[in-house]
Amino acid sequence: MEFTEDQILRYSRHIILPEVGGDGQEKLLNAKVVLVGAGGLGSPVGYYLAAAGVGTIGVIDNDRVEMSNLQRQIAHNTKRLGVLKADSAKETYETLNHDVKVVTHKERLTSANIKGIIKDYDIVVDGSDNFPTRYLVNDACVMLKKTLISAAVFRFEGQVLSIYPGDGPCYRCLFEVPPPAGMVPSCQEAGILGVVTGVVGTLQATEVVKAILGIGDPLKGRLLLWNALEMSFRIVKVPRNPECPVCGKNPTITELIDYEQFCQMSH
Amino acid sequence: MSDDIKANKTVDLKGQVCPYTFVRSKLAIEKMNLGEVLEIVLDHKPAVENVPKSMENEGQKVLKIDQTGEKEWHVFIRKDKEKKK
Repeated sequence: MEFTEDQILRYSRHIILPEVGGDGQEKLLNAKVVLVGAGGLGSPVGYYLAAAGVGTIGVIDNDRVEMSNLQRQIAHNTKRLGVLKADSAKETYETLNHDVKVVTHKERLTSANIKGIIKDYDIVVDGSDNFPTRYLVNDACVMLKKTLISAAVFRFEGQVLSIYPGDGPCYRCLFEVPPPAGMVPSCQEAGILGVVTGVVGTLQATEVVKAILGIGDPLKGRLLLWNALEMSFRIVKVPRNPECPVCGKNPTITELIDYEQFCQMSH
Repeated sequence: MSDDIKANKTVDLKGQVCPYTFVRSKLAIEKMNLGEVLEIVLDHKPAVENVPKSMENEGQKVLKIDQTGEKEWHVFIRKDKEKKK
């Protein structure tokens, strides 16, 4: 492709890198990445992908911007209270970079709609805040063989795992089934240091860019754990489970499951 | 100008400064075939050092640097390395 003058300037610091170059930038512009959630994690992931010139960014979210989101969800702002997060994120990312097309999916992911939504994307980024969605996304990505950059945050900690179905473990290889409702801290108990979502989301974005460019070593079979208070990074090697119910030799999960949502706050 | 080196492609980067001199040279050489020669015309003095150095870092061969005027240089680079796709 021929870059425009603006693109040569905008992406010059990418093009200079031997591992990226003009052809790498072209890969970024042609890439299609979908974000599950435009919240604490999804916000910075989309922000950096938009800056990097990832050409198509899907945003799946059906919530509206609330005041309590703004301590960490940097795609949104005070003027957008009450606006659908997908629309708010689209405005933020497309304003940053006109090369980027943001496709909004203003619906809650279910077993019925997820495959239809993610099938057109190369890479899925999980920034969801609940176990039913996390398992649904993992299983759908395994079934459709989509690269999944998974992450989670909790208080002062976060974890990241890159899932390449058929090559390395999936989320269920590590955690076969969702935890029982009583084991999950309530939204009220949990809390999150805002900047933790920024660090972990940016780590996810790094894995996405590496995957698009085909450079470096992905967090495949390596679970990255980060603790903000200790300021420590740890990598735990995680094997594939040959008996995994979804990606193992004889999968028992062949259809998607809608686990029940639970939050103790509502009880 | 050079008699013995024939360029397959010339980019005139007069008026351009670093790092865009290298960025534009790199974009040009990426589209060329191995063994072909790129001629880069520069009038920004620091670029006359920086562009060849960066090209060498990327595995390309600097054949020759000609000063053809008080503020004009012609740099000849042979493409020796293709980035792995």
